[in-house]
This record gives sequence, structure tokens and C-alpha cells, in this order.
Amino acid sequence: MSQDPLEGCRISAGKKSAVSLGKALHPPNLLVVVEGTCGACVAASPVSAPEGSCSYNVAHHHLCVCVRVCMAWQGLQKGETLASLKQESENLRRKLEEERGKLTDVELHQVAEKVETVAALSIKTRRVLKGHGNKVLSMDWCKDKRRLVSSSQDGKVIVWDAFTLNKEHGITLPCTWVMACAYAPSGCAVACGGLDNKCSVVPLSLDRNENVTAKKKSVAMHTNYVSGCSFTNSDMQLLTSSGDGTCALWDVESGQLLQSFHGHTADVLSLDLAPSETGNTFVSGGCDMKANVWDMRSGQNIQSFDNHQSDINCVKYYPSGDAFASASDDATCRFYDLRADREVAVYQKDSIIFGASSVDFSLSGRLLFAGYNDYTINVWDVLKGTRVSVLFGHENRVSRVRVSPDGTALCSASWDNTLRVSRT
Amino acid sequence: MAEGSKDRGGPGPAEPEEDSPNMIVYRKMEDIVTRIQDEKAGGVAIRTVKSFLSKIPSVVSGADIVQWLMKNLSIEDPAEAIHLGSLIAAHGYIFPINDHVLTLKDDGTLYRFQSPYFWPSNCWEPENTDYAIYLCKRTMQNKARLELADYEAENLARLQRAFARKWEFIFMQAEAQVKIDRKKDKAERKILDSQERAFWDVHRPVPGCVNTTEMDIRKCRREKNPHRVKKSVYGVPDDGQSQPSPVHVSSQPARKPTREDVQKEITFLNTQLDRHCMKVSKVADSLMTYTEQFLEYDPFVSAVDPSIPWITDDTTFWDLEASREPSQQRVKKWGFSLEEALKDPAGRDQFLKFLESEFSSENLRFWLAVQDMKRRPHQEVSSRAQEIWQEFLAEGAPSSINLDSHSYERTSQNLKDPGRYSYEDAQDHIFQLMKSDSYARFLRSNIYQDLLLARKKVSYTHTPRSLISKSEEL
Repeated sequence: MSQDPLEGCRISAGKKSAVSLGKALHPPNLLVVVEGTCGACVAASPVSAPEGSCSYNVAHHHLCVCVRVCMAWQGLQKGETLASLKQESENLRRKLEEERGKLTDVELHQVAEKVETVAALSIKTRRVLKGHGNKVLSMDWCKDKRRLVSSSQDGKVIVWDAFTLNKEHGITLPCTWVMACAYAPSGCAVACGGLDNKCSVVPLSLDRNENVTAKKKSVAMHTNYVSGCSFTNSDMQLLTSSGDGTCALWDVESGQLLQSFHGHTADVLSLDLAPSETGNTFVSGGCDMKANVWDMRSGQNIQSFDNHQSDINCVKYYPSGDAFASASDDATCRFYDLRADREVAVYQKDSIIFGASSVDFSLSGRLLFAGYNDYTINVWDVLKGTRVSVLFGHENRVSRVRVSPDGTALCSASWDNTLRVSRT
Repeated sequence: MAEGSKDRGGPGPAEPEEDSPNMIVYRKMEDIVTRIQDEKAGGVAIRTVKSFLSKIPSVVSGADIVQWLMKNLSIEDPAEAIHLGSLIAAHGYIFPINDHVLTLKDDGTLYRFQSPYFWPSNCWEPENTDYAIYLCKRTMQNKARLELADYEAENLARLQRAFARKWEFIFMQAEAQVKIDRKKDKAERKILDSQERAFWDVHRPVPGCVNTTEMDIRKCRREKNPHRVKKSVYGVPDDGQSQPSPVHVSSQPARKPTREDVQKEITFLNTQLDRHCMKVSKVADSLMTYTEQFLEYDPFVSAVDPSIPWITDDTTFWDLEASREPSQQRVKKWGFSLEEALKDPAGRDQFLKFLESEFSSENLRFWLAVQDMKRRPHQEVSSRAQEIWQEFLAEGAPSSINLDSHSYERTSQNLKDPGRYSYEDAQDHIFQLMKSDSYARFLRSNIYQDLLLARKKVSYTHTPRSLISKSEEL
């Protein structure tokens, strides 16, 4: 771009120092958008920015404003500016909302009025797993319903037989903040990752003396922290989510990237695979407040939900695979049905002001267990939208909650360095 | 000490993004404490309490706060109100006047509100030099109520060793602070001292207490200026030795959407508009039906036979589930859908047995073979795909399956570049075939009915109650 696009351009700036928006049309095809507060601009000279925009500092009537020049004039030959595209997008969004609204003939909790109320639950802690030296950030159950793997800020990953409280394996990672861990379906390996931007698979040995850490193999490589990981139906594929805004599917044996998933505009914090035998979809949630459903075969984003007002920390499918729930820093949990393509329930209370970090369903899908940053676990009636129970016990944030594979118990991991296994 | 009231001038610590997760919670807590202090709008009366020879200014009782929380936030259980109140205290918004431990008690314990200057939303990250000045200052003041607690004395000793070289400077700063404090009104000083102490109770908590200033590292970098220059509580200039807090910086700052991004959005939205969606009433019914059906299998809601291992330490329940000799309840689940039947290894076995009796087992064997292929390492997939073709689809295949010509064509095309999803169409087609045809007959078959009604004698390794109920059946 050799010529000064602002040459001869008349810029009108608002009188208030708050954000002001003015437009000036420069002949013939230049659209200039003026925005920003005085003193907010940082760049002293043209900053090259990704495709299509460029920032200038313009001194005008002693006001320093940031000007963003829309370079869509190049596309103007096709008759579309960025602004008109945005307008089209807005219109479509409104139309979509209207269409979906027509299908909302009733609320879920209204239909659920005829369902019998769940009897009061008295859930007690049955096991306390102590051994981590710092915050426990994540955990996952083994398919054998009694073993589990947990990871911590201290860089350690521990495999426990939660039934006997026995620590079976200890893996030390070279980085702190191991945010993600998962048990392989066969029970013969675990995956873990975090601030090292990698996700590694560690085969578990039956020989207690063998140094399990030495066999660790790097599988996934991201350009930012790994926030979540999950094996697919087999030990051979690993799905990861990352702070770099993407999810990815990896072949464990070769470390090859099989598919990557782009669409989130900020860190992806969580993912969950659809529970079907022939399932090819998964859902992810992130700091862009969106929950996206993906087709694993094509890498396409097939559905998206943006009802939350802050980061989505966790997403989890309803057992039938037709719906999923999310937990967010806006202190609510939400429930979405994929066939209606809509949010169908919100779980919130005036007294719950801290973010929800994790959710999981009971086996029938009737109960939703949600862990919060206020150290509690709230149990919600999924259909009626009411809270059934609140569990105290942890002495710091609850980072993860998971129901065991046969639904007999709930495990919660916390920043108080412990894990608890609870049930009625 | 710097002024603890609202007339604090000068640039404060860097403004964090208003909608960052931390700020959202801070603003909610601030809303609550502001409302509690607003006597005219239903808040709690803040008063001066007489105690022995002195007066305690500006306090409320814990019980009053608990009452307010229960009334205004619709809390039914006092335990919940105490828990929430304790969290608000732990973040430093309210504090007990006589304790370093920040919790809320539902009794006459007296509490005071923190000055907005010290609120966590100002993103304080006070340095150890400030803390040293504070502790040093405390030792200079001859007041019983300002005596150092044990852990504080230990902290001070540690800091004296760490800052041995610049202790003179710290001492001088402390002296200067003491001078400033002396000029203030007595009652005001009581309040300010307590607020300052509460501030340090948040940032240097009593050992064993939760440090509520710890952040989730994934959310740290949302602050606009993550490597902010730290502002000293006591106006000590930054000597450049302070380390910026460890923050995980994004490798990809949030981009402004480009034309391509918006075009993708438009395509996506158009696809969504074309999607056929169900009414909420219909999906609600479906969700309810599913949940009702599985309620009896949900151990959190229904009783479990014989007992929950986590409670009784008896693993019989798990042993039974693992056995290939299923209970009636488990067999009943196979009747819910073909998916449920195939999920259970025993169900799979029985269905296969049934199909073999009808000489149509190739369908299920094909389906299972494709499932297995998808689970193989990437390297093995294409050879496996060829093997499946040979076994089930090639001309003259030993276990030839019946595919419609369309699927057959597509599959054979896919096989030119075999991959994990080459058989998706075929697998789907075969699954639908089994579902609509063989599965229905399976449910009516003797093989299934015998198990469902426990007509057949099956041997158990244990003798649980279900054996007794079986004989009752007969």
C-alpha cells in the first residue's frame, strides 16, 4: 500500500472523550471508521495488522484518535465492504434467532412439572485422596470404575485405586500446571499435558518398580497450553484442546495430526466427545464464551451456542448424546439440546456468584453435578431446573467433577490438594 | 500509610478488563457489600459499640450480615449464607476486628467493611518490601492490639534476613509511616489500622488459610497490562528489582475479524438457517423419556443390587457387572435400543448368537470390523480397510453383505484412498438395516426372552439376592 489512504480524508471525531464513532466517506471507495478514546492509542506509526486493517495516529484538532481503515475497498470490486458483510451477518443472526424462537413453544422446566421430584439427596464423602503437593487441576476415571488419574499444579500425575486409596503410579512432568489428564479406554495408559504446550501419553506398567515417567511419549503439540484431553473410543487417538484457540485430533502411535479444528476466537478450555458408539462429534467451550459442536471427520464446526456471558470452563454431553451442559465464569450452568439447536435451561441462583468450573451428569442424565470456585458442588435437577443439593467439604476451589463410569460415585478435584469420592 | 478513604488521588494500579472472570466476581461481591452498608435501602446498621473503656467504631455483627444475606439473596440455609459470607471475608471485603482469620460467624462477633481503596478489584500485588515496612511499623507502635501474631513475627524475621542490606531504608519508611499515622484522628486511626491489617490478611494470609489472591493461570493474561508496574502500598518507588508476576502470555492476541472471518460466519449462519430443528416441546419430551427410562439404572437416584461398593466396601456389584452373565435388569436395557445392546459386551454376544442362528451374522460382523478398524493406529487403517473389503464387499466375498448400489458405489470410490471414514456410509446403512429388521426379531427371540424373564438357568459364582428372586419367578 504505497499511497496514504487518508489523503484528503475528512475525519469527524466526537466531542466526548468516551468512545465515539464517526464515519467519513472518502471518494470514492474508502470507508473510514473512527473510534477510541483519547490517549488510548499505542502505535506511533502505521502498524501492520492482519489482512485488511491498518492503524494510524492522526493528529486532528489536537485530538489524538485511532483510525482503522477498512481495506475492504479491494473487495469493493465485488460490491462488498467489511461493514456490509458484518451487516449481512447481523441480519442473518437476527433471522436465525427469530426462527429458533418460533420453535420455543414451551420451556423445559414447564414440561418437566409432571415429572416426579427427585428425593432429597444426602451425599457424603466416602474417600479422600491425599497425596498431591499442590492444587489438583484435573482428573479422569478409568473404565474399571474404581481407578482414576489426577494431575496437579506441582507437575505430578498420580494414578490411584480410589477404592483402596492406593497410589499405583506417580508420573513427574517437567512443567508445573498439568491442566489436563485422561485415562485410556483400555486402562493401560494415561495422557497428560498443560503448560508445556504438549500432551503426552504414558503407558502404565504392571511392574511397580518400573519408572513409568521414562516411557512418556509426546503426542500432541500446540502453540499454547493444553487445557483438555480425551481419548476417543480407542487408545490410538487423542483429542486435545488448547489455549492457542484450537482443538486437534492426534494419532497416538505416530504423533501425526489427523485433524485440527479452528473456529474459536480465544482459548479453548474444555472438550467432550459424544457418547455414541459410532459418534463422530465432540463439543468444545472456550474463553470466547462459545460452545461449538464439531464434526471429527471434516473438521467443520456444525453448531455453535453463545449464550454465556463469560468464559466457558467445561462442557459435557448428556448421556443420550442429544444434548450437553456447560459451566461458566458467569456463575451459571446451561443446558442445550442439539436437535432444537437451542439453550433449553439455565441453572443459577442469586446466592451463587462464583464461576462454575466443571459439570457432569449422573447416569440417567437427571442430575447435573457442578463444581464451583466458591469451593462447593451444586447438584441440579436437569429437567426442572432447580437445585437439589449443595455439597460442602472442599477447602478451596473445585476444579473438576466427574461421575464414575457406572454412575456409582462422584469424584471432585480441588485446589485444596485433595480429591474426594462422594455419593448418597 | 496512604489514605484509606475515597479521596485517594493519583493513578491507581492498571485497570483490568472489566469483563475478565475475576472482575465479574469482584463486582458482584462489591455490589453485595455496598448494599449491606446502605442502611436506607435495607442494609445493616453500622454502629459504634461500647467496650470496657473504649469505643469500637463502625462495626456490624456477624449475625446481622448472615441475616441480610439470607433475606436479600434468597438463601434458606444459614450454613450457605455463612459460607458465602466467609468467602466475601476471605477476599477481604469484610473482616473480623479481632482476628486475622477471615471467616464469617453467625453470632455477635464484630465485623468491619474494607475501604474501597484496598478492594481486590484494584489488582494489588503488594511486594515483600511493603509487607516488611508494614510489619516493622507495627513493632514501633506501642499498642497491645497491634502486637504481632506468631506467624507475623516469623515473617518479619524472615524478611529481615532477606532484606538485610536495605533494612535501614525499610526502617526509615516505617518510621515515616508511623509519623503520618500519628497525625490522624484516634477513631479514624482505629478504622484505618484495622483495614490495613485486613488487607495484609488477604495478601499474606495466616498459614493454613486459603490465599484468595491466587489466580487460575489460564485467566491471568486477561488483564490489559499483565506485566504492570507494581504500585507500592506505601508509596515506595519501584527500584526495578521487582519481578513481574509469572503470566502466561497469549501467542495469539484476540484478532479483529477479517472479511474471510465474516464470510465464514455468513456461510455458517446460512447453514444453520437451513437446518431442520425440532420444537422444544418435542425435545423436552424426548429428554424426559430418556431420563425416565434410565432412572432405575442411576445409582444416585435408585437403589442398587446388592450394594454400593463405595459404602459397604463390598465389590460384588462390580463383579456382577463385569461378568458375562447379565442380570435381568441389564438385559432389559438391551431392549431400549440397538445402541444400548451393542454397548454391552454381553448384549453384543447374544445378538451375534441370534444372528448366527438366522445365518445373517455378516452384518454385525461387518459393523464390528469397521469399529475395530477405526480404533487402529493410523498406519494400520488402510490395510485393514482393504481386508474388510475383501471379506465383506468384494465380488465373491465370503461374508458378503447387502448394500444398496449407491452406498456400494460411494464406498468403492472411498477405497481408492482408504481412510478411517471410508466405510461411514456403509456402516450407517448396515446399522439401520439391523435396527429395523434383525434387532426387532432379536427382542422377540427365545435367546433374548429367556434371559429377560430369567427362564434359563444361569450359574453364578456368588449367590446374590437375584438368584432368590429368580426362583420366585418360577
